[in-house]
Amino acid sequence: MSVDLTFIWALLIATAVFLYVAMDGFDLGIGILFPLLLERADRDVMVNTVAPVWDGNETWLVLGGAGLFAVFPLAYATILPALYMPLILMLLALIFRGVAFEFRFKAHTERGRNLWDIAFCGGSLVATFTQGIALGALVQGIKVVDRAYAGGWWDWLTPFSLLTGVALLAGYGLLGAGWLIWKTEGDLQARARRFATWFAIATLGFIVVVSLVMPFLQEKFYERWFTLPNMLFAAPVPILVALLAWRLLTSLKQPDRHATPFLCALGLFLLSYVGLGISLYPMIVPPSITIWDAATHPSSQLFLLAGAAVLIPIILGYTAYVYWLFRGKVTRDSHYH
Amino acid sequence: MADTLALDLARFQFAFTVVWHFLFPAFTIGLASFLAVLEALWLLTKRPHYLDLFKYWLKIFAVAFAMGVVSGIVMSYQFGTNWSVFSDRTAPILGPLLAYEVLAAFFLEAGFLGVMLFGLERVGPRLHFAATCLVAVGTVISAFWILSANSWMQTPQGHTLTAEGFFHPENWWAIVFNPSFPYRLVHTVIGAYLTTAMIVGAVGAWHLLQDAANQHARTMFSMAMWMATIVAPIQAVVGDMHGLNTLQHQPAKVAAMEGHFETRAGQPLILFGWPDSEREETRHAIEIPKLGSLILAHDPNATIRGLKDFPRDQRPTNVPLVFWSFRIMVGMGLLMIGLGLVSLALRWIGNLYTMRPFLRWAVAMAPSGMIAVTAGWIVTEAGRQPFTVYGLMRTADSVSPIAAPAVAASLTAFIVVYFIVFGAGIWYLIHLFRQPPHPHEQGPERGEPIRSAGITPAPAMDGTAKEGVR
Ligand code: HDD
Ligand code: HEM
Ligand code: HEM
Repeated sequence: MSVDLTFIWALLIATAVFLYVAMDGFDLGIGILFPLLLERADRDVMVNTVAPVWDGNETWLVLGGAGLFAVFPLAYATILPALYMPLILMLLALIFRGVAFEFRFKAHTERGRNLWDIAFCGGSLVATFTQGIALGALVQGIKVVDRAYAGGWWDWLTPFSLLTGVALLAGYGLLGAGWLIWKTEGDLQARARRFATWFAIATLGFIVVVSLVMPFLQEKFYERWFTLPNMLFAAPVPILVALLAWRLLTSLKQPDRHATPFLCALGLFLLSYVGLGISLYPMIVPPSITIWDAATHPSSQLFLLAGAAVLIPIILGYTAYVYWLFRGKVTRDSHYH
Repeated sequence: MADTLALDLARFQFAFTVVWHFLFPAFTIGLASFLAVLEALWLLTKRPHYLDLFKYWLKIFAVAFAMGVVSGIVMSYQFGTNWSVFSDRTAPILGPLLAYEVLAAFFLEAGFLGVMLFGLERVGPRLHFAATCLVAVGTVISAFWILSANSWMQTPQGHTLTAEGFFHPENWWAIVFNPSFPYRLVHTVIGAYLTTAMIVGAVGAWHLLQDAANQHARTMFSMAMWMATIVAPIQAVVGDMHGLNTLQHQPAKVAAMEGHFETRAGQPLILFGWPDSEREETRHAIEIPKLGSLILAHDPNATIRGLKDFPRDQRPTNVPLVFWSFRIMVGMGLLMIGLGLVSLALRWIGNLYTMRPFLRWAVAMAPSGMIAVTAGWIVTEAGRQPFTVYGLMRTADSVSPIAAPAVAASLTAFIVVYFIVFGAGIWYLIHLFRQPPHPHEQGPERGEPIRSAGITPAPAMDGTAKEGVR
C-alpha cells in the first residue's frame, strides 16, 4: 500500500488544531479585551458576537484531544502528563469562561454580573496563557523513556514557554480585536481598531522574537531554517509574513475595511503555524518521537478515517452554514435574538 | 507500580469529575427530546401554549448544557493526564470510539445549539425545529459512542491482547456491539428520560401547589407523569435484563450487588445488610429465601456463585459501596413506579392537579433521577474494580506516573472550582424553576435591548416571528 495513512492523519489533526486556534482564538480574544472595555452594553455586544458559535469553536479542542488519543496515543500519553499543570489550569479556566456565557445573563445583582465578567475575562486570559505555555514546552522537548513521560513536574516552566504564553495572549487579542472590527460598528468598532493596532504590533514583535529563538532550541530546527537547500523551501514563510504584516497595519487605517484586519491576522497565525510545522515535522513529541512512532494500529486508523472522511466535510458544511446564518453586524440595539 | 496514594487520588479525581459531568447529560439528554416534542406540538397545533413551554425549558436547557460541555471537556483530557498507561494501551480500541463521539455527536450538538437558542427569528419555525431535533439526536448519538466505549471496558471482545499488554482491534463490529452495550445503552438513555421527567414533574407540581389553575404547569406535570407511569416500569424490566447479562459476563459484580459470599443453590434475596469483605459474610442480613435465585436465574433452586468463589484479588474492592448503591438505584426506581401508578389512579378520579400530598411527593422526587443514575454508575464502575478493562487490565497498572502532590493539588482545585461554579449554576437553575411558566414566555435573554436584527432577517417569518425565541 502506498498511501501513508499516518501522514494523512497527521495532516488532519494538524488541521483540527489549527481550526481550534483560529476559531477559539478570536472568542478567547474577546475575553482578553474585556479589561479594555468597561461598559456593560459594549461587553454584551462583544459576547453576543460569539455566543451562537463559541461551543462549536471549542469542540475542535475536544477533537484535538480525542484525535490525538485515537491516532497518536503515544503522543497523547506522554504530552498530557508532561503538561499536567498547565493543562489542568487550562481546563479550569475554560470552565469559568464557558459557564460565564450563560451565567452573565442569569445573575440577579450587579455584583454577580461583574463577578461573571471577571470569570469570563480571567478564564480567557488563563486559558490562552496556558495554551501558549503548553506550546512552548512542547517545542522545547519532552523527555520520554519507555513510552512514558520521564521528566519533572515543573519542566514546562521555562523562559521560552512563558514567552510563548505571552505571545499567544497578544495573538488571540489581535484575533479578538479583528473579529470585533468585522462584527461591530461605530464607536466600539473604532476602539477595536485602536486595540488591534497595539495587539498587531505586539504580535509581530513576538513572532520575530520567537522565530529568532526557535532555531537555537534544537539543532534540527536550525538545520531546517539555515542550511541549503532547506532554506530555499522555508524562505517564502517569512516573506509572506512581512507582506501580510504590512497589509494588516495599512488595513487598520482604512475605515472601509471591515474584514481585512481579521483575515490578515488569521493569515499570520496560519504562517506561524506552518513555520512551526517546518521546524517540527515529522516529530510529534520533540525531540525523539515521530508521527510514525506515535501512530496507533493501522486498523484503528482506517476505521476512524472511513468515518472522518464522511463526517468532517459535513461538519465543515454546517459550521459554515451557522456562521453564515449569524452573519452581519451586531449592535447595541439590534441583536440577532 | 505507581504509589498507592497517587493512584487513590487519581481514582477519586476521576470519579468526582465524571459523576459531576454525568449529572448534566443525564438531564439534557432527556430535556433535548422533551423540547423537540414541545416544539413539534407547537408546530402541529399552532397553540402558543406549547411555544411558551418550549421557551420556558429552553432557558433551563441552555444553562444545564453549558455545564455539561465544560465538565465534559475535562473528561476528555483526563484520560491522558491521569490514566496515560491506560490510554496508551487501550487507545487502538477506545480512541476511535471516543473520536466518533466527537465527530458524530459533539459537533452536531454544538453546531446547532446556537441555532436552537438564538435562531428562531432567523431561520423560521421549520428549520428551527430541525435544529432542535438535531441537537436531541446528537445527545443520543453521544450516549451511543461513550457507552459503547464504557461497555467495552466492562465486557471486552473483538481484540487481541499483545504480550506487552496492548489491545489491538480485530473485529470492529464485535468491539462496538460488545455484549453489555445494548443493555447499557437502553437502560442509560431511559434513565436520562426519567431524570428529566422527575425534574419536569417536580417543577410542574411546585407551580400547581402555588396555583392549581396554571395551565402550563398542568401540561408539564401531566406529560411528566405519563413518562413515570409508562417508562419507569419498562426501566425496571430493562434493568433486570441488564443484571442477567452482567451475571453472565461479570458474575463477581453481581455477587457484590447481591451481597452473596457463599455459592449455593436457592440463593436468598438479601434486602438489607452489611457486606463484610474481611469476614466474608453479609452481616445483619434481612433476606427472602430463594428469591435471589428466582430473580437472577428465573428458577428458585438455581445455583448462583458467591464472592468466595473468586480469588480475593478479583473481587470488587468496595463491596458495601456496590451493594448499597444498587439498593439506592432500585429504591428510586420503585418510588418512580409508585409515583406513576398513583398518578394514573388520580387521573382516573380526576384530581391529579389538586391532590396536595401527591403534588408534594412529586416535588420531593425532583432529584430521584439524578440519584438513581449516579448510584447506577457507581454500581457499574465500582463493581468493575479492580480492573479498568474487566479481567484484562488492572486499575493499578493504568495510572499515569504522576506524583501524589500534583494529583492532590489538581483534585483540590477541581473540588473548589466545581462546587463554586456548578453550585452557582444549580442555584440559577433552581431560580429558573421557581419562575412560574406563563403566557408570552420569553426565550434565553441576551443583553438588554432586544429586537430582531437590522440585517436580513429571515423571510417567511411574518406572524410567528414575534413569538420567536430571542
Ligand atoms: C433513572 C435511572 C435508573 C433507574 C430508575 C434504574 N437504573 Fe439501573 N442503572 C442506571 C439507571 C437507572 C444507569 C445510570 O443507567 C446504569 C449505570 C450504568 C449502566 O449501564 O446503567 C445502571 C446500572 C444498572 C445495573 C448494573 C449493570 C452493570 O454494571 O453491569 C443493573 C443490574 C441495573 N442498573 C438494574 C436496575 C434495576 C433492576 C432497576 C429497577 C428498578 C434499575 N436498574 C433502576
Ligand atoms: C469518561 C467519560 C466521558 C467523557 C470523556 C465525556 C466527554 C464529553 C465532552 C468532551 C463533552 C463536551 C462536548 C462539547 O464540547 O459539546 C461532553 C458532553 C456530553 N456528554 Fe460526556 N463524556 C463522558 C461521559 C458521558 C456519558 C456516560 C454520557 C451519556 C450517557 C455522556 C453524554 C454527553 C452528552 C449528551 C453531552 C452533551 C452536553 C451535555 O448535555 O451535557 N457523557 N462529554
Ligand atoms: C458518566 C457516568 C460515569 C460515572 C458516574 C462513572 C463513575 C466512576 C466511578 C465512581 C469510578 C471510580 C470507581 C472506583 O474507583 O471504585 C470510575 C472510574 C473509572 N471510570 Fe467511570 N463512570 C462513568 C462513565 C465512564 C465512562 C463512559 C468511561 C469510559 C469510557 C469510564 C471510565 C472509567 C475509568 C477509566 C475509571 C478509572 C479507573 C478506576 O478508578 O476505576 N467511566 N468511574
